[in-house]
Amino acid sequence: MAVMTDTDRTVARTGRPVRWSVVIDHAILIAGSLMMILPVFAVFISTSISDVEIYREGLNLSLGPHMAENFDKALFLKGGFTGEITGSSMLINSFILGIGFALGKILIGMTAAYAIVYFRLRFATFAFWIIFTTLLLPLEVRILPTYEVVQGLGLANTYTGLILPLVASATATFFFRQFFLSVPEELVEAARIDGAGPVKFFIDILVPLSRTMVAAIFIIMFVYGWNQYLWPTLITTDESLFTLVRGIKQIIQNLDGANVPEYGRALALAIIAILPPVLVVVIFQSWFVKGLVESDK
Amino acid sequence: MVHVSLESISKVYPNGVRAVQPTSFNIEKGEFIVLVGPSGCGKSTLLRMMAGLEEITEGDLSIAGRVVNDIDPAERDIAMVFQNYALYPHMTVYNNMAYGLRNRGMGKTEIDKAVKEAATMLNLTEYLERRPSQLSGGQRQRVAMGRAIVRSPSLFLFDEPLSNLDAKLRGQMRIEIKALQRRLGVTSVYVTHDQVEAMTMADRIIVLNGGRIEQIGTPAEVYHQPASTFVASFMGAPPMNLLPARYNGNGRVHLSETVHIEAPGQANYSGDIRLGVRPENVGIVGASHPDALRFDLEFVEELGAGRLLHGKVGESGLIVHIPHTDPIPSDEVYVDLPKSALLMFDPATGARL
Repeated sequence: MAVMTDTDRTVARTGRPVRWSVVIDHAILIAGSLMMILPVFAVFISTSISDVEIYREGLNLSLGPHMAENFDKALFLKGGFTGEITGSSMLINSFILGIGFALGKILIGMTAAYAIVYFRLRFATFAFWIIFTTLLLPLEVRILPTYEVVQGLGLANTYTGLILPLVASATATFFFRQFFLSVPEELVEAARIDGAGPVKFFIDILVPLSRTMVAAIFIIMFVYGWNQYLWPTLITTDESLFTLVRGIKQIIQNLDGANVPEYGRALALAIIAILPPVLVVVIFQSWFVKGLVESDK
Repeated sequence: MVHVSLESISKVYPNGVRAVQPTSFNIEKGEFIVLVGPSGCGKSTLLRMMAGLEEITEGDLSIAGRVVNDIDPAERDIAMVFQNYALYPHMTVYNNMAYGLRNRGMGKTEIDKAVKEAATMLNLTEYLERRPSQLSGGQRQRVAMGRAIVRSPSLFLFDEPLSNLDAKLRGQMRIEIKALQRRLGVTSVYVTHDQVEAMTMADRIIVLNGGRIEQIGTPAEVYHQPASTFVASFMGAPPMNLLPARYNGNGRVHLSETVHIEAPGQANYSGDIRLGVRPENVGIVGASHPDALRFDLEFVEELGAGRLLHGKVGESGLIVHIPHTDPIPSDEVYVDLPKSALLMFDPATGARL
């Protein structure tokens, strides 16, 4: 084994001379990666030291004994204004928002795009452009009227009220429309001759063909939904509906006072809040790339 | 027995383009009909109207004695093979073939039997669990065929099914399709722009041009007795020679002021004509031959099995096909246009006189 490594190295040394442009490229990339990873790493390590130490010295890069305790507190210690919410309940809320938002978006986007592309609707193009212009009106722009409507419908402090207004925008419809337009016409015709009606064609042919597209949109939308801050802050006043991203601050505020703030717990919560989007991207990405390589069309 | 009948069927697109002029013909049961013509001649539109993928603007289409104008493609008892195969990319070969049967509510065991049978017929048995993307072009073509035959339809429709294959495979698949159709005895309509496919596969050829039928006939009829200059030049490679000439009803055809030959027959016409003759019917003769015409040889195309001599008679170009056993003539060449092989066409309308 060692011998092999040695010869390998010689081959590499003689066969491929060092190119400085490659070295510089890698140096830049590595530096960039460190810039992004190091703060997160520092936060992670700092969850292992006591609150007092963090208060005195700031973020720390040496491991302490409190990591398990801090993560346990972060997930299961009751807190907040009511003293009823835990990190894990907020985590569940975040998942409900992220997954609900992503699925809702995919469902609505796909069906709307299906109608626009495959049915001879009189105003299909017009409808598409109307939907498209909603891209110019993200939730932040229409937040007051939207709040008014959702509140009026009695949906404040419900999951529906949390998710639905975010779902209403054109991004997924647009992506699916472009994808459906690239599906060969003959496939529709073959399915028609094979006796597949509109619903069957959608479920049996179009949805399976869109797998990679669905995965891609799911990644984007889940992360987007997970990271929502403004809308959840506005529409949920009931602590049991708080999401992680919105709730971390709440916990610290409520624990602030004459005591040393629970920095360790807050940092652990931050790490927990970062993890799911990262995992979704990592898991779905490998699947996504596989889908791209084994191109079906 | 008439299986498919088209009565004054025409197609006008919403933008006013008339793709198919009113067209009528009947297809006998078990017949292999080839629709052939240049691109944009309406052959695919005609086929798609038969399939029900395109609405029929006017006229009646009946299949097996039933008018099907307003009947859904799935209910017409037809199967279609597409140019790009249109296989479902996410389904295995097996499921590609079984999908249509499942939609018709056929039982599992029956489907299995039908698919296996078709797979055996098409040598696809070992590929049943593969996806279309893991197959070669010829195999995909076979799957598309399999999807059509499992349903045992009463009418096969082929839309240029071989044009995505390379030349060698095309020749092979041509024979396979023809043999399969013979075996199954299913009425078939086949669209192509390739006159070789039309000649070799058809029981009857329908030549289309500009949305109207130029001629309907057996391959031999279409080849030897073309109804118009269009058919004469479209069918056959190289095409039929069409020489400008004059005919004045006295039994002679004048190729120029001084050169004239015996006319192929009587026609109630006098004036300019196009004189048609197939390259292989032109004979090389000696100078002493009574009807010898001086032929200025310009160049020779070697085909292996024969040779094409390109040259001129008087002012007009002429192609002569000679067997490879004949020597390439040199110096002065004389040709004879045998009376029996000559056809006269109206130069204005293109119709045969």
